[in-house]
Amino acid sequence: MTSLPTERSGKKLGLVIDLDVCVGCHACVVSCKEWNTGGYGSALSDQNPYGPDVSGAFLNRIHTFEVVPQGGEVIGEADEARIVHFPKSCLHCDDAPCVAVCPTGASYKRGEDGIVLVEEDKCIGCGLCAWACPYGAREMDLAAGVMKKCTLCVDRIYNETLQEVDRVPSCVRTCPANARHFGDLADPSSAVSVMVAERGGIDLMPEQGTRPVNKYLPPRPRKPLAASAGALLAENTTGATGFFAWLDGMLDRI
Amino acid sequence: MQPAFSIIVFTALSGLGYGLAAILGLGLLDPSAIATKVAHVATLVFIGAGLISSTLHLGNPQRAWRALSQWRSSWLSREGVMALVTFPPLLWSAWGTVVEDRYLPLPALLGVLGAAITVYCTGMIYASLKSVQAWHTPLTPACFLLLALAGGSILGALAGAAGGGNTLVLTLCALAATLAAWTAKTAWRRRMLAMPSLSTPETATGLGTIGRVRLFERPHMTENYLTREMGFKIARKHAAKLARLSFMAGAALTVAFLLLAMAAVAGAPSAAAVLLGLATASHLVGIFVERWLFFAEARHAVMNYYGA
Repeated sequence: MTSLPTERSGKKLGLVIDLDVCVGCHACVVSCKEWNTGGYGSALSDQNPYGPDVSGAFLNRIHTFEVVPQGGEVIGEADEARIVHFPKSCLHCDDAPCVAVCPTGASYKRGEDGIVLVEEDKCIGCGLCAWACPYGAREMDLAAGVMKKCTLCVDRIYNETLQEVDRVPSCVRTCPANARHFGDLADPSSAVSVMVAERGGIDLMPEQGTRPVNKYLPPRPRKPLAASAGALLAENTTGATGFFAWLDGMLDRI
Repeated sequence: MQPAFSIIVFTALSGLGYGLAAILGLGLLDPSAIATKVAHVATLVFIGAGLISSTLHLGNPQRAWRALSQWRSSWLSREGVMALVTFPPLLWSAWGTVVEDRYLPLPALLGVLGAAITVYCTGMIYASLKSVQAWHTPLTPACFLLLALAGGSILGALAGAAGGGNTLVLTLCALAATLAAWTAKTAWRRRMLAMPSLSTPETATGLGTIGRVRLFERPHMTENYLTREMGFKIARKHAAKLARLSFMAGAALTVAFLLLAMAAVAGAPSAAAVLLGLATASHLVGIFVERWLFFAEARHAVMNYYGA
């Protein structure tokens, strides 16, 4: 049934992505591609993989944005201007628009944990769900002719043959900067919920009315470049005390 | 949005077929005339060809039957169900006319109802997508319905002039439908051009609180499924010119031919038939360009992540 689930457990599994921490290394992109090529459903195909126009299906992509505050022109020169690396995968929306449009029932949202999945044997590859998603979370696998999307590594998180530390989505396990976190966002005491509350986690495109489960932690306020300039460029030694005052005197004398 | 050829052909042809089915279903044409019989067959051919064309863009067309299952929630599924449900009355009605020289009111009127609901469902597939703001308006199904009726009634008038019935009344219907359709379409386009963007790079990234957001680097250097499907921009610079072209052909020229045909119908019926043929041709040019623009001009919210 492609209607959204009417009976939902109290659980909403999802990711919290820390935009302050992500360094844009794309390790999560690679590990996601690797895990999902060997795991759930058909392999994530690439087209023309060794040619000049390589393309392929990815469930997680990193965009990089430049944010320039009012009056700023050049990155780093004005206030908060900065580069933000921006990982993007399925947000497992509460009101997932991709689910209701599916004509075959292949797309569904699970009542028990809120994960949005595609049953590939039912998918006709019409592409309407990808049109319905404002986030671009769904990509057609051109080799298999079915829609692919983030499964929240449903084949890892409940997999008791894996060690407990590995029972998180592949991207979370891989991230070397600890920018990605996995947990139950419906439980206010979970680590991810606490993080969202403390850092003011945000929804992407709230105006689209999708009520995403995944949250993004905005970059922390940053010290302007000019504020650190004094310390970095200090040339005189007035006010030095102790060992440094002695060293200063000695060096003057030599 | 990527204007897939198969979808443009499907929506244009099936619209034409359902529009003509509605005119035939109202019993405005003489069931014993050859032209009416041909029109009935043409209806089924247009609808059938359109439906076959619509399966061409599927990744797994062999599973297309599954698309009939989710009519409770999906407009695409509803469209498929309605297309199938409408086919038997249309076939029955065509049989009555082609074989028995009779107008059968029951299947004919059921066919009209089914045709209208099917075209409405087609329009709602697009209108239901909030992610494509240009489409997300009740004007979208209104345009689909009225353009289908315009095309169908022009073809109906042509069949009338070819001996099927009262050309003057049918041409008058075509004129009214064409004017209504392009009025709705003009309103649709005005809305699209005037609307402020619902989503922006700032809301898409949530970084608007810091400042203006601009894409610095795409995830990949090459194109991907999303940029090909949702980021179609080819010839968008010609959009205004193409919109004028579709309006000139679909509305202005078609109306001129229809008026001339009405003037000619009493004195020179064969000239009227030729003029209605020309009206059909200019309507077709108008509708194909209109449908191409419908996709090519529509912007998808995901492109806020891709710097467009």
